[in-house]
Amino acid sequence: MLTANPNPNPVHTEAAHAAPDSRRTQPPARRVRRRQPDGGSKKPRRSVLLTVLMTLPLLYSLMPLVWLAINSTKSREQLFSTFGLWFGDDFALWDNIVGVLTYNDGIYLRWLANTVLYVAVGAIGATLLAALAGYGLAKYEFPGRRAFLAVVVGAVAVPSTALAVPAFLLFGELGLTNTPWAVLIPLLVTPFGLFLLYSYANEAVPNEILDAARVDGAGEFRIFFTMALRLLSPALVSIFLLEVVSAWNNYFLPLIMLNDPSWFPMTVGLNQWNNQAATADGEVITHLVITGSFLTIIPLIIIFLVLQRFWRSGLAAGSTKG
Amino acid sequence: MKKSGPSALGVPAAARQPLRRRLTGWAFVLPFTAPFLLAVVAPILYTLGLSLFQERLIGGVSFVGLDNYRDQLSDPQFWAAVARVGLYLLIQVPLMMLLALAAALAIDSVKLYAPAIFRLGIFLPYAVPGVVATLLWGYIYGTQFGLVGDVEQYLGIALPDPLSSTLVIPSIGNIVLWLYVGYNMLVIYAALQAIPSEVFEAAKLDGARTWHVIVHVKLPAIRSTVAVTTMFSVIGGFQLFNEPNILRGLVPNVITSDFTPNMYAYSLSFAGQQYNAAATVAVIMGVVTGVFAFVVQRRGMRGVA
Repeated sequence: MLTANPNPNPVHTEAAHAAPDSRRTQPPARRVRRRQPDGGSKKPRRSVLLTVLMTLPLLYSLMPLVWLAINSTKSREQLFSTFGLWFGDDFALWDNIVGVLTYNDGIYLRWLANTVLYVAVGAIGATLLAALAGYGLAKYEFPGRRAFLAVVVGAVAVPSTALAVPAFLLFGELGLTNTPWAVLIPLLVTPFGLFLLYSYANEAVPNEILDAARVDGAGEFRIFFTMALRLLSPALVSIFLLEVVSAWNNYFLPLIMLNDPSWFPMTVGLNQWNNQAATADGEVITHLVITGSFLTIIPLIIIFLVLQRFWRSGLAAGSTKG
Repeated sequence: MKKSGPSALGVPAAARQPLRRRLTGWAFVLPFTAPFLLAVVAPILYTLGLSLFQERLIGGVSFVGLDNYRDQLSDPQFWAAVARVGLYLLIQVPLMMLLALAAALAIDSVKLYAPAIFRLGIFLPYAVPGVVATLLWGYIYGTQFGLVGDVEQYLGIALPDPLSSTLVIPSIGNIVLWLYVGYNMLVIYAALQAIPSEVFEAAKLDGARTWHVIVHVKLPAIRSTVAVTTMFSVIGGFQLFNEPNILRGLVPNVITSDFTPNMYAYSLSFAGQQYNAAATVAVIMGVVTGVFAFVVQRRGMRGVA
């Protein structure tokens, strides 16, 4: 009986040193400690001074979120007439939420649905495609394999924003702009994820297991979906989480690819609402922008809090073994 | 598994595989290939092509060789944008890395009360989309109706305007810092956690104190992690677009449409229809970023492997 081992013994291979970025791709070390690095066996001595010092960056991180939460409760009139870090006389949160959801025939919900579509298809698709390709490159010898790897490693260094304008021009010629495909296709590609999975598959999926399964008569894709995916799961989780965040935050690409507001993701839509105030006869809806922003970040914050342990192990998978 | 470990480019252990299985390799790779060609390879080739042509009013499109590059590299607008981003990087990246490093060391030290609150709280802004973060800070920065204005009224003093031309670059840096310091902290923290405990036991036997352990054990061990996170911060800085472009709605005179190289390329193609020039800027910035990434990786890896 095979069990997925989330912490395979990391084997330092030549590949892991020969290729750029590979240090980030080691599987998590088995020796994850519950340790006291400085005090040894002593009980850790907690420091009030250090805790107080660390409160400053904590307040810095949380203050804008508190500001957002408080100001979501204010009416348009009170928004700018009351102190920013305290509540106004009225409590208009529900009115604001209704306003956000109904303004302009409920376009906010449409943007939310679009964002969910882009995040779900983008993150699941990118993770699956990278897993298939990474595993294929790690476990099969085939003509063109080395060239393929070299091109992908090169693509890791190409920043996605640099590709946005040319991708827009090209997609325009192909008639893909102003369709959801223009947002989805680039989201499906993660060279970094592929490379991470390739390195991980090299070490976490033993060839002996694959050969044993072949002897038992299992097909190659069945082996992948029933066994390899489980062995790859720690790396899959970290790539999936990174892709969720980047798809959720995606702004530049949809901004240039889409004209039709009914395909906007949340980010582009909210900024359009905000810019509306600057146009000649545009209605100022700052209170809706603020409440809409507040509603936007709640799902992702919940996801973060629920998945925080995966984040830590995922980042450990991407971290360096010195 | 170990005895048949992959070699230089990870050649699988079963060196001679039957042809059918070799073709299976391509079957695994193909689903990735189609969107990769469409979203990465083709745009790169297309940009390279565009940057070699010019569209003239008379005579249409013609091949001009490297003329576009000569034009861009002698364009003061382009260099002003590069200089702005350079200044931004000089302030932003060291500050980001120092803060992230200090926070990660503090959490790793097991000397904090309630470390989970700090770890999560500082990481939380990473969940906020850059657009929302910029709108949010834009409101906070406001001297008339924003939080800065509120504080001015409350205290009866005049504060410097965060969106004035002298402070706008640090103000943009602050938004990016707020967004990513927690993420960098967590990456560094994960690397600190991966240091084998034997190293600490050895250091303890040698009588090393906290500070010695940090300087001589922890910092060297996470060197390459810090190098990689620094590299990603710098690449992000070269690509700066969202934050200044959104703040531009508030202060169009302070943040011009060519504020960063990326904004410059964007306005060339969307406001000016100068696609060839925009492509040239994209290629130049892509090459600069790629060369930089390569150099940092080489340097960061030295002494690590």
